Amino acid sequence: MEALDTLLLSRIQFAANISFHILFPTITIALAWVLLFFKWRYNRTGDYDWMRAYFFWVKVFALSFALGVVSGITMSFQFGTNWPGYMESVGNIAGPLLAYEIITAFFLEAVFLGIMLFGFRKVPGWLHTFATAAVAVGTLMSAFWILVLNSWMHTPQGFEMRDGVAHVTSWMEIIFNPSMPYRLIHMLLASGLTVAFLVAGISALRWLMRDRSNELRKTMRVGVWMGALLIPAQIFMGDLHGLNTLEHQPAKVAAMEGNWETGSNVPLVLFALPDEEARENRFELAIPNGASLILKHSADGVVPGLNDFVAEDGTIEHPPVAPVFWSFRVMVGVGFAMLTLSWAAAFAMRGGRGVEGLPRPLLWAFVPMALSGWVATLAGWYTTEIGRQPWLVHGVLSTEAAVGDVPPSMVMSTLIAYLAVYAVLLAAYLGVLVHLARKQAHGAEPEPGRAADPAPEMTPVPAE
Amino acid sequence: MTLFADPTLWLPLAFAALMGLSILVYVVLDGYDLGVGMLFPFATASERDRMVASIGPFWDANETWLVLAVGLLLVAFPYAHGTILTALYLPVAIMLIGLILRGVSFEFRVKAPAPHKWAWNAAFFAGSLMAAAAQGWMLGMYVMGLEHTLGNALFAAASAVFLCIGYSLIGATWLILKTDGDLQRKAVRWARGGIWGVAGGLAAISAATPLVSPRIWEKWFSVPEIFLLAPLPILSGVLLAVLWFSLRRLPTADDQFAWLPFTATTGLVILAFIGLAYSFYPYVVPERMTIYEAAAAPGSLFIMLIGVLVVVPVIIGYSALAYWVFRGKATELRYD
Ligand code: HDD
Ligand code: HEM
Ligand code: HEM
Repeated sequence: MEALDTLLLSRIQFAANISFHILFPTITIALAWVLLFFKWRYNRTGDYDWMRAYFFWVKVFALSFALGVVSGITMSFQFGTNWPGYMESVGNIAGPLLAYEIITAFFLEAVFLGIMLFGFRKVPGWLHTFATAAVAVGTLMSAFWILVLNSWMHTPQGFEMRDGVAHVTSWMEIIFNPSMPYRLIHMLLASGLTVAFLVAGISALRWLMRDRSNELRKTMRVGVWMGALLIPAQIFMGDLHGLNTLEHQPAKVAAMEGNWETGSNVPLVLFALPDEEARENRFELAIPNGASLILKHSADGVVPGLNDFVAEDGTIEHPPVAPVFWSFRVMVGVGFAMLTLSWAAAFAMRGGRGVEGLPRPLLWAFVPMALSGWVATLAGWYTTEIGRQPWLVHGVLSTEAAVGDVPPSMVMSTLIAYLAVYAVLLAAYLGVLVHLARKQAHGAEPEPGRAADPAPEMTPVPAE
Repeated sequence: MTLFADPTLWLPLAFAALMGLSILVYVVLDGYDLGVGMLFPFATASERDRMVASIGPFWDANETWLVLAVGLLLVAFPYAHGTILTALYLPVAIMLIGLILRGVSFEFRVKAPAPHKWAWNAAFFAGSLMAAAAQGWMLGMYVMGLEHTLGNALFAAASAVFLCIGYSLIGATWLILKTDGDLQRKAVRWARGGIWGVAGGLAAISAATPLVSPRIWEKWFSVPEIFLLAPLPILSGVLLAVLWFSLRRLPTADDQFAWLPFTATTGLVILAFIGLAYSFYPYVVPERMTIYEAAAAPGSLFIMLIGVLVVVPVIIGYSALAYWVFRGKATELRYD
């Protein structure tokens, strides 16, 4: 019983910490590239508005980066404090991957961050551009290594077990495990979308606050176009990702679809309350043959069901159904909302109509959608990670076997402390975003004479 | 590979050395950040902005050495890291929350609406103090063999106090190096106060460690060793004296020797660290598990070693670039 409590609490604690952590990498990974784009446009055109855009968004970047770093440090201790069994059994594989993340990515980002943030006046322009690029590459490499590890936990290969310890047989197979390319691309696109809608959302908010600066017109266009271009790619990738999962983790897909019985002509469930006790869906609303069509591309394709994953003695070997089912729907739902909004906006802004072309309801719709990327990303991770249960490393190590021997009261008290800190920080983060937007909107210079500004470099934006 | 015929012998040692090195670099570098944070309450509002400016471009990279240290523990000694970190569960959590508060306050104190600034200043101080104290506690507990008894807890508490003072000293000497005028004069006074704490702390740990463990007593106080090791305490004494005299002279008119206190303090940290490392080798969990028992498979260690040997010089190179870009006295931090 004791062990169970520690297990449950440790799971909640890990989920809370990684959920908080991933919010910020999701922003920094793509925002770094967006900043590099701004800097590149400035280098190319000499239009100082691009630097204004840079200076505004670099503040958001710096703040997000700080939150990402401190919560990431918590993550790296979590393995030792809560999941000692993890490293003891798969450390030979996880270890080098984590080590490569630290030495190739973290130092690169952290060292060049200082020059990127504070070096614009101190170093030659090319070095500042280089520092921005180094940070962008660093975030990308960090995502690469950690997603290699995470994908390996879903589709492990390239190792053999000796006395309960995994030993490497092929690094190539480990790094290029079957789900890695899908997960990496899907996550990078998720990051790009999160940033696209954040940029568009904050820009819309500033526009509604009567900011009419040229810099704002530029960032709004960047945000809308980035969203409109990336979302179809994401939906396409998501479909491929699902097919790949069907091959390697059929129980997860069965839970995502809410499908209990293996069979052909399986409907696509749009809404239902999955009931694990009765092993059926209640209040089901479904499109006939839908799931068979999506997963097998033919109406009578055979789709696996959850009842296949119950052992003779009744032990359940599939993940909890309702959370996987629902978080998958949230992610896909947000994805289609993104598609609708960004395409509507791109259409309204077509042919040089610009932000003026956007009707107010659309502008208002962008404001709450600023955080839509976060919602979809978290929902996606919940689908993936809860869908892997009861395994920690699929088919190799169960979550239960990895948990540490720590009194539940200790896990509980630290969990409460983390949650309290995270709640305050999240509120402060959102508050500061709005505060920065308002300051920018109201602090912006008056409209006339903007284009003819003779020495724009002489009008610095507030320092921090 | 003929030179090192048996990788199961030299690989764990190489990784223990690397881990030690990154802990050492972390203690010096984040030591000055955390120290500056702990000196916050003694400074005026405008001094605080300069203090933060003196560490702003560096703190993130400094903290990354902690990630590397715990990463190496995690990846090179997978069997030890669970034992150590579960035994230190609460102080680790306190340290992490401290590091979180400290790290985000850098950003929030200048970006949040002005009326909230005091709260983030307070969080900056509290976070620095929590992290430093928790690290001191963990050091004390580790020295005492990770056994939770009342006596050990008292020792750990004392070690927490000493480490806070020690970090404040490093922080103050950093400020002497990176600032001028009134703030520099203040920093000299702070540093003078810190010396006593540090001397006391060094003495206490040096006295306690051999007393706790007969093995360590043997290692220090048997015949050839005691002479070979004599330079450690002697050099420490010399560095303390250098620190003491330089602080009585500083600040000088032309700012000569402003670098001396920081250098001397760094030297002290290095010596103390060598002493501890010597005492504990070959154990990674004191008296319980050696680095050889705790190490990961040689193949995995080797893959990592290659990466480390290639990348660490590069890291040192671009760290040097960052320190060079932000050399000289700290000025206001601006994005534009
Ligand atoms: C897909 C991306 C991604 C994912 C899934 C994770 N991280 Fe992360 N992490 C990053 C992407 C990232 C990043 C973009 O590289 C960050 C965010 C902000 C930053 O400074 O770097 C970062 C920062 C960051 C740091 C601080 C680095 C520093 O000091 O600069 C640590 C220690 C970790 N992470 C550790 C982890 C662990 C142990 C994870 C999983 C269990 C994890 N991260 C998941
Ligand atoms: C970044 C986004 C991620 C999110 C939002 C996330 C979320 C979650 C959630 C919700 C769980 C709990 C599942 C359950 O217990 O029912 C979990 C488990 C776990 N995940 Fe992830 N995860 C992420 C990435 C990663 C990565 C990159 C790794 C490792 C490389 C990882 C390692 C683990 C481990 C060790 C567990 C086991 C603990 C547990 O079951 O709670 N996760 N994760
Ligand atoms: C609308 C169509 C989408 C489809 C069909 C789709 C499909 C999927 C599938 C099948 C998974 C589970 C992968 C696994 O089995 O492990 C997944 C995970 C995930 N999704 Fe989506 N997705 C879509 C949209 C989005 C959007 C809009 C975002 C974010 C902006 C997003 C972010 C994620 C993330 C972060 C994960 C977890 C990481 C991973 O496993 O790749 N998805 N998605």
